[in-house]
Amino acid sequence: MSETFASLSLVPKTTTPLSAKDFKTDQEVRWCPGCGDYAILAAVQAFLPELGVARENITIISGIGCSSRFPYYVDTYGMHSIHGRAPAIATGLSVTRPDLSVWVVTGDGDALSIGGNHLIHAMRRNVNLKILLFNNRIYGLTKGQYSPTSEEGKITKSTPYGSLDHPFNPVSLALGVECTFVARTLDSDRKHLTETLRAAAAHEGTAIVEIMQNCDIFNDGAWAPLKDAEVRDENLIRLEHGQPIRVGASRGVFRDDRGELFIDEVTEANAAKVVIHDAHMDDPSAAFQLSRLSDPVRLSNTPVGVFRDVARPVFDRQMQAQIDEVSRKLGTGDFDRLLRSADTWEIA
Amino acid sequence: MSKQLITLDQVIIRFAGDSGDGMQLTGDQFTAETAAYGNDLSTMPDYPAEIRAPQGTLHGVSSFQLHFADHEVLTPGDAPNVLVAMNPAALKANIGLMGPGATLILNSDEFTKRNLEKVGYWSNPLEDGSLARYDVHAIALTSQTVDALKDFDLTRKEAERSKNMYALGLLSWLYSRPTDAARRYLEKKFAKKPEVLAANLAALEAGWSFGETTEAFSVYYEIKPSSPAPGTYRYITGNVALSYGLIAASVRSGLPLFLGSYPITPASDILHELSKHKNFGVRTFQAEDEIAGVGSAIGAAYGGMLAVTTTSGPGIALKSEAIGLAVALELPLIIVDVQRGGPSTGLPTKTEQADLLQAMYGRNGESPVPIVAAQSPADCFNAAYEAARIAVTYRTPVFLLTDGALANGAEPWLLPSIDELPPIDPAFLTEPNHEVDGTPVLWPFKRDPETLARPWIKPGTPGLTHRIGGIEKQDGTGNISYDPANHDRMVRLRDAKVQGIAREVPNLWVDDPTGDAELLVLGWGSTYGPVGAACEEVRKEGIKVAHAHIRLVHPFPADTGEVLRRYRRVLIPEMNLGQLALLIRGTYLVDAMSLNKVEGQPFKSTEIAAAIKDVLAHV
Repeated sequence: MSETFASLSLVPKTTTPLSAKDFKTDQEVRWCPGCGDYAILAAVQAFLPELGVARENITIISGIGCSSRFPYYVDTYGMHSIHGRAPAIATGLSVTRPDLSVWVVTGDGDALSIGGNHLIHAMRRNVNLKILLFNNRIYGLTKGQYSPTSEEGKITKSTPYGSLDHPFNPVSLALGVECTFVARTLDSDRKHLTETLRAAAAHEGTAIVEIMQNCDIFNDGAWAPLKDAEVRDENLIRLEHGQPIRVGASRGVFRDDRGELFIDEVTEANAAKVVIHDAHMDDPSAAFQLSRLSDPVRLSNTPVGVFRDVARPVFDRQMQAQIDEVSRKLGTGDFDRLLRSADTWEIA
Repeated sequence: MSKQLITLDQVIIRFAGDSGDGMQLTGDQFTAETAAYGNDLSTMPDYPAEIRAPQGTLHGVSSFQLHFADHEVLTPGDAPNVLVAMNPAALKANIGLMGPGATLILNSDEFTKRNLEKVGYWSNPLEDGSLARYDVHAIALTSQTVDALKDFDLTRKEAERSKNMYALGLLSWLYSRPTDAARRYLEKKFAKKPEVLAANLAALEAGWSFGETTEAFSVYYEIKPSSPAPGTYRYITGNVALSYGLIAASVRSGLPLFLGSYPITPASDILHELSKHKNFGVRTFQAEDEIAGVGSAIGAAYGGMLAVTTTSGPGIALKSEAIGLAVALELPLIIVDVQRGGPSTGLPTKTEQADLLQAMYGRNGESPVPIVAAQSPADCFNAAYEAARIAVTYRTPVFLLTDGALANGAEPWLLPSIDELPPIDPAFLTEPNHEVDGTPVLWPFKRDPETLARPWIKPGTPGLTHRIGGIEKQDGTGNISYDPANHDRMVRLRDAKVQGIAREVPNLWVDDPTGDAELLVLGWGSTYGPVGAACEEVRKEGIKVAHAHIRLVHPFPADTGEVLRRYRRVLIPEMNLGQLALLIRGTYLVDAMSLNKVEGQPFKSTEIAAAIKDVLAHV
C-alpha cells in the first residue's frame, strides 16, 4: 500500500503488517468523556497501518492544549512540546531525518494564536509535515476562553460581554500562504476523515488538515449545522477533485462574469455551468474563493474535502540536494583543509 | 636619503575612516602581513550600527585597532601609538584615545572647510596648533593615489578608491611589513577585474615608495617576530573560530551539525560561516524567528543531530521557554549567546558581559544549564568544542557565552589537530535498558550512574518507541507524573547532573608566579586578555598579584572556593554591574569586590592595573 504514499518514499517499510492495536499505548486517555478527540485518535490509529512504514519511523510532535496530548496515546515516537512551537520543532526534525514520517498535532489556539508564525512559515517553505489542526473554536485546557477561530461576539469567561476579535478561517489562511495541500474534515465523519488523512499522507510537502472537532464541555455544538443529520447535507459542500461542486441536494456553485462565486439552484439549463473542482490548480485563488463561501456563524455553505493539492519542491529535499551539490563541487569536507583555507605561517 | 631603523617591542595602530573608506579591509590586510611576519597580535574592529552612516560624520566613523609585538599579546591595546585618519571625522572621533607623542597620519585632502565644519572643527587642526603634542604627518593620500594611478584607465572617483591601499603601502613600509599577503588577497579578490587589480597593486607599491623617498618620515621601524610555540598558525576571528569548533565537534562525534538561527548582530557571522560548509553535512536553517531557531534545533537534537542555535541577548530572551523544554527533555543542545550591550536593543555592535545571569537563571522553574565562556577569539574554538562535548555527554542544553569583542576580534591561532581533541561519544541507545518482571523494557529517563545522563534515543530505532514532553516525568519510566515526591526528586536529579560536570573539568586556572600574592583578580570570558595584561604590567613594578580565570562558569570548577579562600582580597572585573561577583559571593561567601564597566568597550589593562593598585593600597 505504501507505494501510494510518495511523501514516504524515504521512510523504511514495515516488515510485519500492523493494525490499529499496534498504535495504542499503555497510557490512560485523559480527554473529557464525549470529546471529539477520541474519534480522531481512533481514526488515526486505524489509518496509520495503511502507511505501510515501520512504526518507529513515525513521529508525532504536538504543542500545548487538549489536542496536544495526542502523542502520548499513539505508540510511535512523539514529543509533547511547548505552546505553538510544534511546527518549528517538527521542521528541525523533518529536514534532518528524511527517513521519518513527521506529523504535527495542534489546535486552533496552539496553531493559529501563539504559534501562528511557525505555522505560516512551515507552510510557506513546504516542509514535509502533515499537520492536523483540531479546531474546536475554544480554549479547552485553560477552561473556556475564546480562540482565534471563535465567532465574533462569543461569550466566554474572558469575554463576558462578547469577544471583539474577527476570526481566522484556517483554510483561507493556509491557502493565503500557498500551502501545497489544504483540506478540511470532521471528527464525526470517520470515512471522510480517513479519506482526508490518506490524501494528506500521500502529499509531498506540507499538508494541513483542519479537523472540525467538538468540545462538549466548553463549546458544545460548535459545528452542529455540519454534523446534525437533519441539516448537515444542506450546509456541507463536499469537494471532490474533477467533480461539479454541489451544495445540498439541489444547489451548485457557479462563477459570475466578474469571476466571483455564487450559489444557485441547479437546473437542466445551467447544470453544465456548475464549477468543476480542480484541486491541482497552481494558483490558489480559486480554492481561496471556495474557502470564503461559508458563513462563519451559521456555517452554511461550508466546503469540506481537499481544497488544494499541488506539487512544489519540498524544503527537506532541497536542503539535502544543496548539501549533495556542494559536496560534489567542493568534495566531502576535510577539516584540516578547512583550517588551512586562510593564509597560514609556520613557526619552527 | 638614508633613514634610521628603530626597533620597537610593540605597536598599537588604529585605522579610522568613513564606513565606506575600506579601513576594516586595510586593517585586515596589515594584520595579515603582521601575522605572516610572525608577530603576536590582537585586533578589534569598532564600527557603527548603521550600514552607511552619512559621509564624513562622527557616527559614520569605522575604526580598526591592531596591537602587535615581539612578545605575547593579550589585548587589542589601550592607547594607540599611531592613528591613520582618512578624514576630520576620523581624527575627531579617535584623538581622545591617543597618548601624547602619538603619530598621526592624516589624509590632508579631506581637511576641507566643509568637512571640518561638518564635525565641529571651526579651525583646521592641521594649522591651528591644536595637534602640537603629536607627531603629525599630513599627507595628501587621496590626490597622491590619484596621481600614482594617472596612467590607468580609471575615473578620478575609481582611482580614489585605492587610497586605502596607498595607506597600507605606506604603513607597510613604516613598520617593515612584507606585502605578499596583501598582494595575494588582492589577486584573489580582483581576479576577474585585472584593471582594478593592477591599480590597487600600483597604489600599494606607490604608498610604499612614498614612505621610502619622502622626507616626511626620517625613521622607520621594525618589530621582531615573537617566539610562540612551534606549529602552523593562522589569523582567526572569534565567530569563525566558534564555527570551526562546532564543525570539529561534528566531525569528531560523527553527528551531523544542524544550526537553527535568526539573524542578529553580532552573532550572524556564525550563521554566515556555517552556511558555507555544507560539504561537511552542515544544515543551516534561517528560521522565521528566534523561537523557531531554537525550536528547530530541539527538533534536530531529538532526531540525533549535533544541534545549535546562535543569537545575542535579545534572542536568548525569546528562546527562554524552549531552552526550558530542552532542560526537561534532557537533549543535547548548544545555545550560543554573542553578548552585546543591553537592555533591549541596547548597543548592537558593542560588547558587554551582562547576559550571565540571564543564561544562569533566565527560565521558569529550577532549570539548570551549564555555561561555558570563551576567553579569547581563538579560544572560541575550544569553548565551542567543549560546549558540544558537555551537551552530548550529559544530554543537556549548554550555553556558550562569547561577546562582541571576541566575535569580531582576531588573533593568531595555532592550528589544532582534530585527532588530538577529546572524543565525543553520542552513545545512542539502541535496545531496551531496563527489565520489568524479566521483560526487557525501555526507560527513557533511566540515568547513567556516573553522569546522571539519560539515554539519547533516535526516532527510527526499532523497539524503543516512546513519548517525551515538557510535563514532569516519572523518574526512570518517563511517564507523565504529578507526584510531589517525584517532582522533588527530578528537580534535584537535573541539578545534580549539571553540578556533576565539575568533577571532570580541570581545576580553576590560576597564575600566581610568586605564590604569595594577597590579591586574586578573577575574570571570566573576554576579560581574560585585559586582566592578564594588567597583572603583567603591575608585576613589572614589583607588585604581587594572582590571576584566575573561569571558563566553565556553571558549574564552577570544583576547587574554586578553595582557591578564593587562599587570598585576602578577590577583585572581579566584569563588563556588567557585578554578575559573576553575585554568583561568587552567593556560592562561596567570599567578600569579592567588583570592578565594573559598561561602556560597550572592553576594559583597558591600565584601568584594571589601577584598580589592582587601589585595592592593594587598602589591604
